[in-house]
Amino acid sequence: LSAIPFLRPGDAEGVVARRGAEAITLPQFLADVARVAAALPTAGYVVNLCADRYRFAAGLCAALLREQVSLLPPGTAPELLRQLARDYPGVYAMSDAEQPDCPLPLCRVDALPPARRALEAVPSFPADRIAVIAFTSGSTGRPMPHAKRWGSLCHSTRAEAGDLGLSHSGSVAVLATVPAQHMYGLETSVLMPLQSGFALCAARPFYPADIRGALEQMPAQRVLVTTPVHLRALLAEEQRLPALRLIVCATAPLPSALAAEAEQRYAAPLMEIYGFTEAGQVAWRRTMDGPTWHTLTGLHVRVDAQGAWFGGSMLGQELLANDVIEAQDERRFTLHGRNADLVNIGGKRTSLAYLTQQLLSVEGVRDAAFFAPDSTGDGAGVTRLTAFAVAPGLERQAILAALRERVDPVFLPRPLHMVDALPRNATGKLPREALAALARAFAPARREGPG
Amino acid sequence: MDTQTTLTAQERELAELIVSALNLDLSADEIDPAAPLYKEGLGLDSIDILEIALSVSKTYGFQLKSDDADNVRIFSSLRSLSEHVQQHRTK
Repeated sequence: LSAIPFLRPGDAEGVVARRGAEAITLPQFLADVARVAAALPTAGYVVNLCADRYRFAAGLCAALLREQVSLLPPGTAPELLRQLARDYPGVYAMSDAEQPDCPLPLCRVDALPPARRALEAVPSFPADRIAVIAFTSGSTGRPMPHAKRWGSLCHSTRAEAGDLGLSHSGSVAVLATVPAQHMYGLETSVLMPLQSGFALCAARPFYPADIRGALEQMPAQRVLVTTPVHLRALLAEEQRLPALRLIVCATAPLPSALAAEAEQRYAAPLMEIYGFTEAGQVAWRRTMDGPTWHTLTGLHVRVDAQGAWFGGSMLGQELLANDVIEAQDERRFTLHGRNADLVNIGGKRTSLAYLTQQLLSVEGVRDAAFFAPDSTGDGAGVTRLTAFAVAPGLERQAILAALRERVDPVFLPRPLHMVDALPRNATGKLPREALAALARAFAPARREGPG
Repeated sequence: MDTQTTLTAQERELAELIVSALNLDLSADEIDPAAPLYKEGLGLDSIDILEIALSVSKTYGFQLKSDDADNVRIFSSLRSLSEHVQQHRTK
């Protein structure tokens, strides 16, 4: 079987990455990979927590060299990582900073001595090797694994660069506001640059002023990989940005008014990526061109009674999307909405069923339900979850503290209502309307926002 | 909450800004000025911090930055955030 190199050589200077004003070249990268690979313990699985995107990339390459699979859990809540350790014995965490709440054995990779033997060339890995396992929440309270083969990741990210119009673009540098530790971040901010000869930026800017500062340190051509939440914050500041080649946005639907404003202010096309954890990225659209999505080169879409399937040689098998999709032909479709059980807050995804299971697992909670209120309709604004718990003798704060151990903070209920009983119907089900009524009963005088 | 210290006028103004920006289910006076804004205190997360940064920029005329060495301390409580705001405000 064919082997695919970890990265394609970039421009004439061989710049692999940038950290601030510093350019990191291929020889430096190979030296860094060698020393991380030498420092990793023997194990089958690793959770790569490196916040610095360059260190994440070197760590991913080192793990592949050591034949270790990188796990991408949906969060880093301690109980979630403990569950991972039960399912993947021997798993450890690789990190470039202290991780006081991490229950896994830690391997620090930020201050390593040079390796005794350097790598002579860019390493290649078999296309059928499982490089990464991503997880969805599942409905049973246990994360569901989705294995990603090295060849599939490489083909899809190379196709992405072409479809976004970035192939043969000379010197391109990619800056991202998203972490590398989920499929969008891994594919678009790490593997797309590496597989296409672009430079990846180590930083992960947060505030609008950080994003501007990071862009100012980059050479043309600048690509910004972001989310609706960050883009909305960026547009709210009256600041000029250096010229952009392209803006890429994903994780949640982007209101077209925001896309229009971004294209006009920054004079660059704005492309959205559509994907789901089971398949990774599968399609793109330029938001301003309308609702039609295009499958990535090499992929097709097919709709049957079960839903929309995405397939193509790089995926191996067809995979079912969770969204309501209408196909125009094999390569084009429109997105009509999300499965009501799925939750997406600030780009983090889970399901109401999973969250409810986590709440029920708190000792003393007898019955519980999570509820997603209708969005307030102001576009990219973030809607938070409501939860109800039947837990005689337990304090609200104690339940919240236990929940914080189990789920990502963005999913913590706001508010958590303590109730005597849930409005279950005769069959024991909880109709959404009954939960909505209960939520309204608790919120007679909602404060008005600033508008 | 009976041990809570009272807010200064500046802290109250900032607390009201936060409550309104985040649509929090409490009043400005219920925020303990010394309690952490993250996690166990007010329970805010990074999406909220971004929202607060926008409101601060609009109201006080300066932008928060991550490379501020004191960033962790700044968000450690309403009081420390208020002090940072008073030092850097341009309006």
